[in-house]
Amino acid sequence: MIIEIAVSALLMVGSFFMLVGAIGLARLPDFFMRLHAPTKATTLGVGSMLLASMLYSLQDGPSLHELLIVLFLFLTAPVSAHLLAQAALKLKLRSRAPMPGDFPRLPD
Amino acid sequence: MKRWLPFPLLSAVLAAGWLALVGEASIAHLLLGGLLALAIPLVAAPFLDHLQHVVAPGAAVRLLFLLIRDIVLANIAVARLVLGPEARLRPAFVSVPLALSHPQSIALLASIITMTPGTVSADLAPDRRTLLVHALDCADPARLVADIKRRYEQPLLEIFGC
Repeated sequence: MIIEIAVSALLMVGSFFMLVGAIGLARLPDFFMRLHAPTKATTLGVGSMLLASMLYSLQDGPSLHELLIVLFLFLTAPVSAHLLAQAALKLKLRSRAPMPGDFPRLPD
Repeated sequence: MKRWLPFPLLSAVLAAGWLALVGEASIAHLLLGGLLALAIPLVAAPFLDHLQHVVAPGAAVRLLFLLIRDIVLANIAVARLVLGPEARLRPAFVSVPLALSHPQSIALLASIITMTPGTVSADLAPDRRTLLVHALDCADPARLVADIKRRYEQPLLEIFGC
């Protein structure tokens, strides 16, 4: 009973942060700002959901899958975000934040 | 031994990781996990030879807990920003001068910056001395740089003893 309540609460929290991530992706004004949504709100969103999954499956013995998902997610998400940002810089996408003048740019 | 098992700890983690992934410890999976644990380090050896070693495990554990705390707190802050009036956001590119020099610690710092909400590492200068960071809402770039250096770079310097 207590586990069920905890699992539901974690799922609600997780869904909320996933929803925030999706809303951010839809309404933020430029590419660099939108990039924040999938890498950000989802870390806590996915974290809560995986915690819920671990709690739920605790009855059938402990499961390590969720920890591995977190590990893979934390390894891959920053790399893809970094590559997306680099591609966007290269393409000189419209940005509300002015580029810093003192940053040494790669020659294109 | 050295030739076929150059990274014993990595091999052990890979074998254990495989067994955790399939969730059963049958003979077949023990063999397959063992094979992967042997093959992957051999293939990745040219890259792994240049790894930095952790000299302060205590600092690594402290950084992990600091990260969990920061991710939770900053997620709430970013949720408020995303749902609030969009015109109030002050996005900014910020250059972070690096004290770290090893590619491995720079990669770790860049990943940490990206995983903590509100900031994404966007580019690294060709000389690896400056990291370009995009912040979703930043009123004071100097403070952001100081925060990143104090909270994340300093522990990394300590962990890898450089």
